[in-house]
Amino acid sequence: MAIAFSINGKSTSVDVPADTPLLWVIRDTLGLTGTKFGCGMAQCGACTVHLEGEAVRSCSVPVSVAAGKKVTTIEGLSADGSHPLQKAWVEAEAPQCGYCQSGQIMQAAALLAKTPKPSDADIDTAMAGNICRCGTYNRIRAAIHLAAEKGA
Amino acid sequence: MATTLSRREFVATGGLALAVTALPTTKRIRRPGDDAAARALAPNAFVEVGTDGQATIWITRSDMGQGIRTALAMIAAEELEADWNKVQIVQADAHPKYGSMATGGSSTVSDLWMPLRKAGAQAREMLIGAAAERWGVPASECRARASAVEHPASGRRFSYGDLVQRAAIRPVPEEPTLKTPAEFRIIGTDAPGIDTRDKVTGKAEYGLDVTVPGMRYAVIARCPVFGGKMAGHDPAKALAVPGVLSVLEVPSGAAVIATSTWAAMQGRRALECRWDEGRAARLSSADLSRELQARADFAGALVRNDGDALATLDGSAKAIEITYEAPLLAHATMEPMNCVADVRPGKCEIWAPHQAPDWAQRELAQLLGLEAEQVTVHTTLLGGGFGRRFITAELLEAAQVSQAAGVPVKLVFTREDDMQRDWYRPMSLHRMRGSVDAKGAVTAWMHRVVGPSIGEQFWPGSTTQMISSNKFDGIDAIDGAADVRYGVPNLRVEYGMTQTVVPLGWWRSVYASQTCFANECFVDELAALAGRDPVEVRRELLAHSPRHLAVLNLAAEKAGWGTPLPAGRARGIAIHHFFSDTVVAEVAEVSLVDGKPRVHKVTCAVDCGVVVHPRNAKYQVEGGVMYGLSAALYGEITVENGRVKQSNFHDYPVIRMPEAPVVEVHFIPSAEPPKGLGEPGLPPIAPAVANAVAVLTGKRVRRLPIVV
Repeated sequence: MAIAFSINGKSTSVDVPADTPLLWVIRDTLGLTGTKFGCGMAQCGACTVHLEGEAVRSCSVPVSVAAGKKVTTIEGLSADGSHPLQKAWVEAEAPQCGYCQSGQIMQAAALLAKTPKPSDADIDTAMAGNICRCGTYNRIRAAIHLAAEKGA
Repeated sequence: MATTLSRREFVATGGLALAVTALPTTKRIRRPGDDAAARALAPNAFVEVGTDGQATIWITRSDMGQGIRTALAMIAAEELEADWNKVQIVQADAHPKYGSMATGGSSTVSDLWMPLRKAGAQAREMLIGAAAERWGVPASECRARASAVEHPASGRRFSYGDLVQRAAIRPVPEEPTLKTPAEFRIIGTDAPGIDTRDKVTGKAEYGLDVTVPGMRYAVIARCPVFGGKMAGHDPAKALAVPGVLSVLEVPSGAAVIATSTWAAMQGRRALECRWDEGRAARLSSADLSRELQARADFAGALVRNDGDALATLDGSAKAIEITYEAPLLAHATMEPMNCVADVRPGKCEIWAPHQAPDWAQRELAQLLGLEAEQVTVHTTLLGGGFGRRFITAELLEAAQVSQAAGVPVKLVFTREDDMQRDWYRPMSLHRMRGSVDAKGAVTAWMHRVVGPSIGEQFWPGSTTQMISSNKFDGIDAIDGAADVRYGVPNLRVEYGMTQTVVPLGWWRSVYASQTCFANECFVDELAALAGRDPVEVRRELLAHSPRHLAVLNLAAEKAGWGTPLPAGRARGIAIHHFFSDTVVAEVAEVSLVDGKPRVHKVTCAVDCGVVVHPRNAKYQVEGGVMYGLSAALYGEITVENGRVKQSNFHDYPVIRMPEAPVVEVHFIPSAEPPKGLGEPGLPPIAPAVANAVAVLTGKRVRRLPIVV
């Protein structure tokens, strides 16, 4: 069954079982590997993308839910890495291994869209679902503040 | 983009207001084989300079978040006198010409410190020689700066790109002159991370992101019980899942081959398997713990014996005996295990996020009956490693699946596979006895380490042989126990080796994660026995070693040891001399929130020799604290009916942002060669927190994870 949706501003149609998690459609079918597989049960946040602007765990969203909707991945957050969060992440030198960072950035982008000047507590609450095993949390928090100051 | 002038750029320009480029937008990661024409000057295996002036540094170790791609490139670029914006890296494929490619033991920067400096200096001297010859002046009148050779007396200048072809035909200097630390322009600065941009745009490529033409996806159904095997399977239901192509028997179980990862996972769910669970089918954590307890009641191999600890303890009026325990731990890297393998007649090509591509190459060659040069191993970025990715099992499995399927395959572990098919940090038990005299000085220390040896499991007989031949230095399980740095006149360390069916592996800092916990909690218990301050007791025990004393004092001073804290907060301290020769002390500031320990701040003092990349060095220590804190507060793998009970992050929790403490890191200034930082930040955190918790509750912590 063909399922049509928009990915990073482009229309696409995929022919996969309707219960296939959006994550695997994004990675295996569409070849956009910036969105990561971490746990498969919405526990770690590595697979976070935007569905109609909301941060969702793509590992736990069936692709059928995305039908007719807009999906944005890390590759579509900006054309050239110029989103304020991406610039702040570079300035704060936030990543270590980097594997969780696509999900962290997508989660943070959804936060700033709703709360342009978040407090530490706002950030901690919004980001609590995103695990980083390298322990970059303090720099992620600092980078979100940095992006908020410069206007996301 | 960030336009802040880095320290390096200030230094390099002498502070003049020259135009400074922002973060480089040129491609920083080359692939092996790219731009072959640019490889004009290649005097050694590590450094190349192209006709375009771009320098390429070959990265021969694996980057799993330690930032070594940047640090190693900095070291070579320093001696090469390269403009940092004209430096690229290539992640090297496995090859003996690079020496060891195994990334562990916090050894990367220290192992490659001299080889990379020499490699850079060789190219620099050849470029200077080429310029001097063109100008007809002595080389001593020329100098290299920012990817160019200058002749200051005449104001002439050649860029490296203009010199490489002449430089390439010059003899390679055997012993080039190295720069002095005072001349460093790149080392010691916060150069921008070489692949940071790729990591924030989704372009960075990890093992799981590799795709090759014709590739299929595979997951393997394996016996859930340690040591068990597949007794048979019925593929019918799996084959009915859309996208499933085949089910193939492989030595470790049955591989489901499909057109997507999800189809392979669904196919495995549908697959009907029968297991021969084997001898471990009833094994539980309680059994494992009882085995250790039983072994602890008997003397172990005497691995260190200063003075007469037993007589001193028996004759002491103030003596204690305490038992500490540490559990099995999983690594839980963010990127689950995976490998892409393409096995064809007479050749094998592997793409893997692996910590030892050279080991993998040898083992794959042996498995497939090939010569090493017929096996190509590409190393991708690693989404975390922590020792887990030394294990070659997944790479061998992937090769077997590809061979059986006759196509390239990407073998994927689910999180559940990853957690339940790990090679775990061993369990251990530490029986400790100690005494203090009337003045409160520690008079005797005995540490009986009980637990399995990872080395013995990997190379059967190896540790047994070391014990029987009194070659104790090589025994892994006593690391941090036998070489405890405390000056106690009567000091006895024993090792009681046990065996286990649970697969064991190297987990960030390995045995130090256990021995430091036992040592440092025990020092606090002795201090309490003597009615003395824990830092004061440590100072006395380290009085013979200015280096350890300096680290201890720096941590205590920066943490405000002894100064008042808000009500309900307490501090705990711990220090460890890691086997890479780095010394770290940490002070944790802790309170109880809803009856659970909450770590607010960790103050670290570190002596690791020269700090190559200060910002990243701090992150390594901070990361060690966070990783160790996850283990200290939550980490425990338990076994039931021969199976690992935990399966994902809901029942193997780790630190999340709201629990992350503030981490301060203070380095002791040093001109000594670098000594490693990937692991040394980890061992002190668990005992530092445990010691603070004991102050808060009045009850000592003797088991990990910490339960109040």
